[in-house]
Amino acid sequence: MANHSNHQSELGLLSAGLDALETQSSTDVTLFKRVLKHAGPILAILFFVGAWQIVFNLKLTPDYVLPSPGQVFTSLKNQYEQGILIPSAWNSLRRGFQGFIFAILIATPIGLLLGVNKNVRLVLKPIITGLQQLPSVAWVPAAIIWFGLSNATIYTVILLGAVPSIANGLSSGIDQIPTQLLKVGKVLGANRWQSIRFIILPASLPGFLGGLEQGWAFAWRSLMAAELIAVSPALGVGLGQLLDVGRQLGDMALVLGAIISIMFVGVLVERVFFSPIRERTLRVRGL
Amino acid sequence: MATANLAVDLSNLSKQFDKKSPVVLDGLSLTVNRGEFVCLLGASGCGKSTLLNILAELDLPTSGSVKVSEPPTLMFQDAALMPWLTAGENIELALRISGYEKSGRKKRAQELLELVHLPASFDKRPHELSGGMRQRVSIARALAQERGILLMDEPFAALDAITRDFLHEELLQIWKQTELTVIFVTHNVREAVRLGQRVLLMSSKPGRFLKEWSINLPEPRRIDAPEVANLASEITDHLRNEIKRHG
Ligand SMILES: Nc1ncnc2c1ncn2[C@@H]1O[C@H](COP(=O)(O)OP(=O)(O)OP(=O)(O)O)[C@@H](O)[C@H]1O
Ligand SMILES: [Mg+2]
Repeated sequence: MANHSNHQSELGLLSAGLDALETQSSTDVTLFKRVLKHAGPILAILFFVGAWQIVFNLKLTPDYVLPSPGQVFTSLKNQYEQGILIPSAWNSLRRGFQGFIFAILIATPIGLLLGVNKNVRLVLKPIITGLQQLPSVAWVPAAIIWFGLSNATIYTVILLGAVPSIANGLSSGIDQIPTQLLKVGKVLGANRWQSIRFIILPASLPGFLGGLEQGWAFAWRSLMAAELIAVSPALGVGLGQLLDVGRQLGDMALVLGAIISIMFVGVLVERVFFSPIRERTLRVRGL
Repeated sequence: MATANLAVDLSNLSKQFDKKSPVVLDGLSLTVNRGEFVCLLGASGCGKSTLLNILAELDLPTSGSVKVSEPPTLMFQDAALMPWLTAGENIELALRISGYEKSGRKKRAQELLELVHLPASFDKRPHELSGGMRQRVSIARALAQERGILLMDEPFAALDAITRDFLHEELLQIWKQTELTVIFVTHNVREAVRLGQRVLLMSSKPGRFLKEWSINLPEPRRIDAPEVANLASEITDHLRNEIKRHG
């Protein structure tokens, strides 16, 4: 018995030694890289605005064709002071998110079915891929005829833009699951539902997140297209409408200001929402 | 009464993946007693994994009968841990699917990690562990299922010799403490002699059992002991002859 426990502790010691030798200490991202990651976009903006200012100073075109960065800023400031800019951005963002949430609710079961059922895939995949190829702005006239100038029109266009991307992302995430992990599920004795819940869904998360990110980009573009075309007091303000106002007034500073705002909101959502989730997911899995 | 003691009872088992492809397993018959440690040797492609998959019910035989006293658990060459779960959570998942009561899962998972000498790895992600450590988590996960039969498909093939040696010792220790029946597939003749009570040599194309050896060497055996080396070279000769036959 004494011999046995001696043997045990010998194994324990050996194990501790081996583990210490084999485990790599995690390398920290250098401070420089971290600073660059946040400073990079700011530098890019400064560079862009600087170049713009230089082109403006060359006076190649009149101001109403190419206003200066300062003029665009003033125009946005006016909109802000009149209480239009923030409600417009907020309204668009809210619509975008609501449509996006709907899209997730619809696309997730579709993507799951596409991923796990071969027959469903044969029928549904070509339809989804076809929809994905079609710019969803093409649906705006149809949606207006069906639903008039209403929120239903806008949501329809968002859904048609985002659902195919999200569903495809999830189903390709499922395709990429190593068969080994699915086998493990069977060996562990998981039933169909357990294997979906504990293996298929978490394992496909990276692909799903990619689909969500792309889905959001499509949702946001579709929304802007819809807002730009479907202008009506009933729909309230939005960044797309702001852009349209600029066009009608021939106010290039406002048009550029609206474009920049649209881009800014899109990038902001990516940065504060998707990018951290994606990075965390990949880091956790050591990817 | 005799059959009550059997963990595995194969009779005349054959496997052909489809009608045009060659017969992979050809009329295998084998009995394995409860608590036995059997090693299965054979050249690459002779059907060892196919046999384990059939035993684990991941695949069906073309003909013949397979009786197992209970559903076995199976370990692969790579640990196949869920990369999004920590080591401890991987084991908890196995416990959960086996229906282990919720309140005790965490404690049980930690106990199992201690059994494989990984007391401090509960919160580590698979990618933070070395290959050997991952394989030990995978052993702990298999033990969590409390199945009496453990099938191992070249579980240590990707590890360095020192780590492998340590894992041999650890596996034998666990086997002695529990009443596990182990069927261990390997390419490595010395590993088979080091671990098994019985070594079975398989032929290739078609896969049949060629010959078997009962190992009556003193314990603990070392992989570099002369007795192990002698028997290993005898088995290697048979394996080579079998491979040459296809040349
Ligand atoms: N799903 C499958 N469909 C068709 N043929 C298969 C399939 N799986 C295995 N085979 C064939 O069956 C034979 C045996 O394969 P198996 O993987 O069982 O060999 P193995 O002994 O485990 O080899 P290794 O030592 O390389 O792991 C091989 O010729 C292989 O090509
Ligand atoms: Mg194999």
